[in-house]
Amino acid sequence: MLRYALRRIGGLIPTLLVIVTVSFCIVRLAPGGPFDQEQTLTPAVRANLDHLYGLDQPLATQYAHYLGGLLHGDFGPSLSQRDFTVTELIAQGLPVSVTVGLLAILLALVIGIPAGMVAAIWRNQGADHGLTLFAALAVALPSFVTGPLFALVFGLALHWLPVAGWERGAPRYLVLPVLTLALPVAAYLARLTRASLLEVLGSPWIRSARARGLGGTRVLWRHALRPALLPAVSYLGPALAYVVTGSLVVETVFGLPGTGRYLVQGAIDRDYPLVMGMIVVYGTLLLVFNLIADLLYGWLDPRVRHE
Amino acid sequence: MRWIPVSAEVTPADAGQVLRLCGLSVSFATPAGVVSAAQDVNLHVARGECLGVVGESGAGKSVSFLALLGLLPPNARVRGQAQFRGAELLSAGPRALERLRGAAIGMVFQDPMTSLTPHLRVGEQIAEVLVRHRGLSWAAARARAQELLRRVQVTDPARRMGQYPHELSGGMRQRVMIAIALACEPQLLIADEPTTSLDVTIQAQILALLAQLKREQGMAMVLITHDLGAVAGVADRVAVMRAGRVIETGPVAAILKAPSDPYTQALVRNAPRLEEPTSAGVAQPARGQQAAALTLTDVSVGFTVRARWFGQSTVLAAVNGVSFGLRAGESLGVVGESGAGKSTLARAALQLLKPSSGRVVWMGTALGEVPARELRALRRDLQIIFQDPLGSLDPRRTVGEIVAEPLQVHVSGLDARAREVEVAAALLRVGLPASLGGRYPHELSGGECQRVGIARAMILKPRLLVCDEPVSALDTPTQQQIVSLLAELKHASGLSLVFVSHNLALVQRLCERVLVLYLGRMMELAPAQLLYARPLHPYTRELISAVPIPDPDLQPARLARALPGEPPSPLNPPSGCVYRTRCPHAAAVCQERVPAWEEVNGDRHVACHRWREL
Repeated sequence: MLRYALRRIGGLIPTLLVIVTVSFCIVRLAPGGPFDQEQTLTPAVRANLDHLYGLDQPLATQYAHYLGGLLHGDFGPSLSQRDFTVTELIAQGLPVSVTVGLLAILLALVIGIPAGMVAAIWRNQGADHGLTLFAALAVALPSFVTGPLFALVFGLALHWLPVAGWERGAPRYLVLPVLTLALPVAAYLARLTRASLLEVLGSPWIRSARARGLGGTRVLWRHALRPALLPAVSYLGPALAYVVTGSLVVETVFGLPGTGRYLVQGAIDRDYPLVMGMIVVYGTLLLVFNLIADLLYGWLDPRVRHE
Repeated sequence: MRWIPVSAEVTPADAGQVLRLCGLSVSFATPAGVVSAAQDVNLHVARGECLGVVGESGAGKSVSFLALLGLLPPNARVRGQAQFRGAELLSAGPRALERLRGAAIGMVFQDPMTSLTPHLRVGEQIAEVLVRHRGLSWAAARARAQELLRRVQVTDPARRMGQYPHELSGGMRQRVMIAIALACEPQLLIADEPTTSLDVTIQAQILALLAQLKREQGMAMVLITHDLGAVAGVADRVAVMRAGRVIETGPVAAILKAPSDPYTQALVRNAPRLEEPTSAGVAQPARGQQAAALTLTDVSVGFTVRARWFGQSTVLAAVNGVSFGLRAGESLGVVGESGAGKSTLARAALQLLKPSSGRVVWMGTALGEVPARELRALRRDLQIIFQDPLGSLDPRRTVGEIVAEPLQVHVSGLDARAREVEVAAALLRVGLPASLGGRYPHELSGGECQRVGIARAMILKPRLLVCDEPVSALDTPTQQQIVSLLAELKHASGLSLVFVSHNLALVQRLCERVLVLYLGRMMELAPAQLLYARPLHPYTRELISAVPIPDPDLQPARLARALPGEPPSPLNPPSGCVYRTRCPHAAAVCQERVPAWEEVNGDRHVACHRWREL
């Protein structure tokens, strides 16, 4: 297991290198440049700017330069917010996104998994039908609908919670964004858990456990639950990476200073270092969370234990 | 009927009746309407008695007994009476049934791989029954579990306790299931096809163990099976079920020797049995008349296995130095236990797997040396059918499309109409109506699926057909039909056959020569008649004596002689003769030297140091 983990961690570096290389090329392939929208620039000023940021050098040189910076943890200067480096921007925004994201995933787990279990155990009964309908709605409704709706109801109508803002992560300001972000994840987890638990409960080993006279509680918790969680685990790896790097919609609706908008805004502004920085952060998290999910898989199912 | 009183306080008459089913009926409510699975079943089992319940799959055998334990899905409707030691089970609440299950009534299921919880250690799965029903502490339950493992003859029980089911062999897993069922010393043991998915040798061991436990504990036992040989060895009485009804019951000798119902008569007549070697209806091999069509010379197939930690990877020799020649129109049986390399050999013979060394020559062409394009053209003559009848058919295509595919690949310029005619003829040849062409595989029975597989393989009129365990997933009557079909096809078209099977009775019916493999090595190769009449290798003898025969006078004694032991890991084979760790005749020389492949009387070969003395 340890050897497997070490080998996989070793494997992360070449994978990341491929991600960086491919996205570096793709970002530069997009037409236009970072200063195209500033129409007042004289050619001379523009040439100076390009020179300052090294954009006048051959692409290979820029690439080598960027890689060198990455090795030192330097993502380069932001081209659109010129007083900041990309490292500073991410360091400011990421804690916000990670806080909201992690809380949302936790909430989704706490709601989604038990809801899925309840639906599976009382299959085709009232609770199951209710939960299935609710889950279908929650998966289908996009967060640009649910977010403003929550703000409208809990903020403007009931005055229970602030409509938007961050205020250094004060709990009151976290509730609505976390809820909005968690809702579809919880619903999806509930559906995954319901389906896989139903499948496991129909398996021969569950029948054989019941033939041993084991009670429903032990059959459920000890014999059925662990394998039933496998689909949820493989979904959560990538979902976690996606959620903690910030959701553009949720952060925009609730005015959160996270990293969610960086990728999109950076791409529109041709802010190459910012886009690359976000890709590196997202890619790293994705690979790491997938690795964790794979290791968890081995714990849940000894048949795939890695040696 | 006989029953053995076990202790003095038992009074006769129905005090001996452990289970009595009266008018038990089971039906399932499905979207398509109510489906009846068992009707008016009347059965009883006494203390110390074993009732064998036989019939084809779908006859209602398992369903009847799952019903009385409350183990059927919620859409099942159960009517009638089921009394366990005088108490009615069908009206008992779920709690009361839970207290009986695993305590007073133990159950063993068919497939020990899927019937044990994959993520829990074996020790815990045995111990939890004792914690549940006996109120033992976990420590005490574990200690007792280890004793139970020893009791069911599991080797190295202390280590097994900490292993997961997938780390055990099939036989070991079934022993674990039996240990679980016996943990609370039940009065009734229900064994539902306990040996169906196991090798013959292991089947014999498991049945012998069940017979011994029944004798020692005086419990009542129900053995549900489609194998009359198993019944002959263990059961005292037999009930025959068909289409949900019990059609005949009686003492085992009466049912197996003088059945009165025509269905039972057919069942008994078609049961696989080893024929008296003199009466074997198989043609004499045409000795030396023709050159070999397929020749394997010193073929080995190795798989690289990554080692734990920082060790080097090792090579698993699945097939090791196998040579044989197959004449045109001849059929060769390849037998041995799981892990013997039978399937690997079958695939290597067709170059579906590349041998790591050795040569395969088909009609003068070395298959490993021709270019891929040429090999593909040759495949027209070389076809294969597989073990899993349903799994080897594409679920998204109709039977007609499946059977027509080889035509599309190998025969150009055939229009749709001509292809349709060919497909209909191919289906007809395997005994299927042409109208089946529009159906999908999942709508067919296992036997029909296998016929489709054969039709697909035969549509190009190949000259060699490799059958890789073609019937082991089917029930006994269907097995017989498929083997008869293969015999007919072979006879009609002069086909050469390689028939891989662990069922020696079937091999005897179909094959002219037999190759015995053990851990990837050749043990014996001989004309079938000679092999069955006078096996030279001790392993061949073990295999033959493990074949269950449906004769209640002989089978119990044969079972009692079942040899213990399982094949060792092919990763770490024994030195010298690989069979020596299980061989009752092993001597010092067997450990030191690999036995030579000796020719005996021209047409037969054996690899054993001591065959002359035995």
